[in-house]
Amino acid sequence: MSESTAASSGQGWVAAGQPLLQVNDLRVQIASRRGIVRAVDGVSLEVPAGEAVGLVGESGSGKSMTLRAILGVLPPEASIVGGQVVLDGVDLTELTNSQLNKIRGPRIAMIFQEPMSALNPVMRVGNQIAEGPQVHLGMNRAQAAERAIELMRRVGIPDPERRYRSFPHEFSGGMRQRVMIAIALSCKPSMILCDEPTTALDVTIQDQILRLLARLCKESGTSLVFVTHDLPVVAQICHRLAVMYAGQIVERGTVEEILTKPCHPYTLGLVRSAPDVDHVRSSLVPIPGSPPSLINPPTGCRFHPRCKFAEEDCTVTDPPLRSIDAGRATACLHFERCLDELRTEGADL
Amino acid sequence: MTTLPAVTAEAARLDPNTPLLEARDVAVNFSLGSAIIARMRHEEHVLHAVDGVDMTIERGEALALVGESGSGKSTLARALSGLQPSDRGEIRLDGKLLPARRSRTDQRKIQMVFQDPYSSLNPRMTVGGMLHELLRVHHVVPRDEVESYTRELLGLVGLGEEAVHAYPRQFSGGQRQRVAIARALALRPELLVADEPVSALDVSVQATILNLLQDLRAELGLTLLLISHNLAVVRHLCARVAVMYLGRIIEVAPTETLFENPRHPYTSGLLAAIPRMTFTKDGDAPAVRGDPPSPLRIPTGCRFRTRCPIAQPICEQQDPALTTGHDPAHAAACHFAFTAAVPQPRQPTDAADAADAGATS
Repeated sequence: MSESTAASSGQGWVAAGQPLLQVNDLRVQIASRRGIVRAVDGVSLEVPAGEAVGLVGESGSGKSMTLRAILGVLPPEASIVGGQVVLDGVDLTELTNSQLNKIRGPRIAMIFQEPMSALNPVMRVGNQIAEGPQVHLGMNRAQAAERAIELMRRVGIPDPERRYRSFPHEFSGGMRQRVMIAIALSCKPSMILCDEPTTALDVTIQDQILRLLARLCKESGTSLVFVTHDLPVVAQICHRLAVMYAGQIVERGTVEEILTKPCHPYTLGLVRSAPDVDHVRSSLVPIPGSPPSLINPPTGCRFHPRCKFAEEDCTVTDPPLRSIDAGRATACLHFERCLDELRTEGADL
Repeated sequence: MTTLPAVTAEAARLDPNTPLLEARDVAVNFSLGSAIIARMRHEEHVLHAVDGVDMTIERGEALALVGESGSGKSTLARALSGLQPSDRGEIRLDGKLLPARRSRTDQRKIQMVFQDPYSSLNPRMTVGGMLHELLRVHHVVPRDEVESYTRELLGLVGLGEEAVHAYPRQFSGGQRQRVAIARALALRPELLVADEPVSALDVSVQATILNLLQDLRAELGLTLLLISHNLAVVRHLCARVAVMYLGRIIEVAPTETLFENPRHPYTSGLLAAIPRMTFTKDGDAPAVRGDPPSPLRIPTGCRFRTRCPIAQPICEQQDPALTTGHDPAHAAACHFAFTAAVPQPRQPTDAADAADAGATS
């Protein structure tokens, strides 16, 4: 107990401007029958205290694996083979599972895509929310129950005193996701990891949950890492964005910069292939081909087989993520061409 | 480029003013568990998935059906395609009433593409086998032309000839959806019903399928009923939109009219809830409060009133019919859709939000 208090008070001495979470050159491999899948291949990410960072990519780009590696909850066949995950000066990859358990909850929490499979189906939701405070905050049963009810009220669950005794199956999808958020908030973490928390929800419910998350994180100063495949969703909640392709980050910047002036052909492709409600185009521009196998990824830039700007050097050189502007980075050797193309086409992104 | 006829000969003979498909008061109910036990527990056991829907689809148009999960949009699509018997109402195709058991010719005319191409294709059959079987059973082309017609179909959806001998597992998601579209087109349908055809696919692949559907419509003059929860997709592809809520159509309008000037409060909320490419949702109240009520316990009067910001006492008593204003193409089922005096919206607070959700959950 004393340890976790020490850890949570540790937040105070992080110098201003220093990232709360720093991921350095993270590598995750999955052993499969056909060979080793390099699911995450050298991802570096910084999350400043109190900020929301989005991680966008298609399925198989390694975004969820990155998130799971941060929390140390990888599936059994996957393992971290390199890199560091530094939270408040502590490298999480070097901790044992029992040490990690003291951090999961009071320091860092996670919200999953499918609340029905993440919640315990045979435990009353109130008790699931109260469990964390009892274990981590040293509360007794009555105090924890009181905290759970207060949290349920904060996340907008109606009639919390009565709903405390309900089971997850008695809740709707949106309400279950509210329970997940209450659980994540229950031990006052400084960081919450969200793995596609609204993908399974309807658009009106998604809107409610996004607003709720944004409001709660603002109120409590919690940092967010928000993983999704949906660019407009990320624009609702995050300030900074990292785009992942084939296990690597290919572009980084603020949401506005990336959505209006993408500096990587893959991002440009993503923005132009998704139909936009406000801006109807005569025809969509799909990205040709399909994502590469991560067992034998292409040499050089991993996007080059699908890239229309690709040159000789793209097939040879593995382009590093280089800074092009303050807070802006791209892994494209010829990123100017994206900008040129945007300029020649005018406003028709 | 193709021998697929643009419009079938039979259709050309008909009066051009007859809509291709006309549905009147269609209802589909599902009964859950035992009626006796439900009565003992004072519970409802009949779920009204589709609860009296009127709909017309003109020849050659692209109509979208949008709504949240549980609104009955997929059930309606299955009822129209004849995959789900309807409990009430009539469905007319080319002005001819379709019986409960459809003839093979009638079945042929409405074909469906399903959401998940991973589970809607037979994993034990090659693509060629699948298409050959279909063509032989329905006698679409003479036997000796089956081979060449199959190749032609695959070319139409952008797959190579080598696809004939491949199994579904050898394809990516987007390619499987192409196979599913080829299968639907094989019977030369007049109406193609696509139930969430891209929502199981990755963003970059979605665009290829949407473009394919658009091209096919232009090339073959297909009539399309697109079911989707993604309003961006709908706006891109369809000229007319019908919005469903709890088993009813609550608004129908040409796409641009609906997006610019929605008349039903649910449609307005739905449009406001779409995440935009621009930053950001901060602080202000959600577009639509609460959860949709269970289709087992549909509210009295207007079914949206429990979540409606402008609900009045009349909404509790009277079920509003789908009516039009001065624009005959734009219909909405709201008491205040086309009146001058629209009640002031209540400012939804978190407390009210919570109270409402409590009433419905």
